[in-house]
Amino acid sequence: MQTSVQPKPVALTILDWVTAALLVAATAMVFLYAPIEAVMGPVQKVFYFHVAAGWVGMLAFGLAAVAGIAYLRTKRRIWDVVGLSGVEIGLVFMLINIVTGSIWARPIWNTWWTWDPRLTTATIMELVYAAYLMLRGMNEDPDRRARYGAIYAIVGFVSVPLTFFSIRLTRTIHPVVIGSGDPSAEGTFDMTPKMLQTFMFSLLTFSFIFVTLLWHRIRLGKLADRVEELKMSAAEAEGGRHVLAS
Amino acid sequence: MFLQVEPPAETMGYMIAGFAVIFGFMLIYLVSLVVRNRSLQRDLEMLEELEKEP
Repeated sequence: MQTSVQPKPVALTILDWVTAALLVAATAMVFLYAPIEAVMGPVQKVFYFHVAAGWVGMLAFGLAAVAGIAYLRTKRRIWDVVGLSGVEIGLVFMLINIVTGSIWARPIWNTWWTWDPRLTTATIMELVYAAYLMLRGMNEDPDRRARYGAIYAIVGFVSVPLTFFSIRLTRTIHPVVIGSGDPSAEGTFDMTPKMLQTFMFSLLTFSFIFVTLLWHRIRLGKLADRVEELKMSAAEAEGGRHVLAS
Repeated sequence: MFLQVEPPAETMGYMIAGFAVIFGFMLIYLVSLVVRNRSLQRDLEMLEELEKEP
């Protein structure tokens, strides 16, 4: 049977395995290599993947903004697929970031949640991008959906630097991992070389996870586009038959 | 004279919950990609069959 969908590339299969191996290695480093933090205890280990998930979330939203600009300039459908893929992956990883942060905060700040600038801006960012999906869901016309999505992804990106710099520009209890933070931050710790190596390796691993998921999601988006195209031509053909019959 | 050192806080349960969320959410997303892919493949096959019909 003839199908327009490309078979899975060998490079993607290799990337799948490399990413899985990296995730196993990063998990092993977190549990077996990095020491237990002297004050916070085992919950500090969540930090490695918590920050890495936030990194992927922001990277994915950034990519969606770039894809939005590319779509508006070229009108090529692929950029719409890239933008949607970025937003979807970004939402998943920012959700991981927010929920794990809340779990870490319970024993360290003695609360699940507080309306600290970082937590507030991260939540707003998540909601901004959740609304992107709703906006797309409201538009039936693919071109209009792509155009609105592109503009929204570009405007929505404002929330990303706002979230990133919120702990550097405002008084906050959220720790700053890289660079000096507010001295009143609670839960700050100095990273030992082993902790730093684990942290950097986790960032690398999550970057690989992002690229792998993005590739898969773009392939899925292309497939969805092809199905939508065929449905529209089938509906048009059906409409034509009705006209001829009447 | 001995220096009294406090042991780290007992936060093992929170750590387990954190990693359950990380791996759980990633797994759910992965499964959603697989399920959507299968469903679209089925639709595509059906639509291509329809397209072939005279």
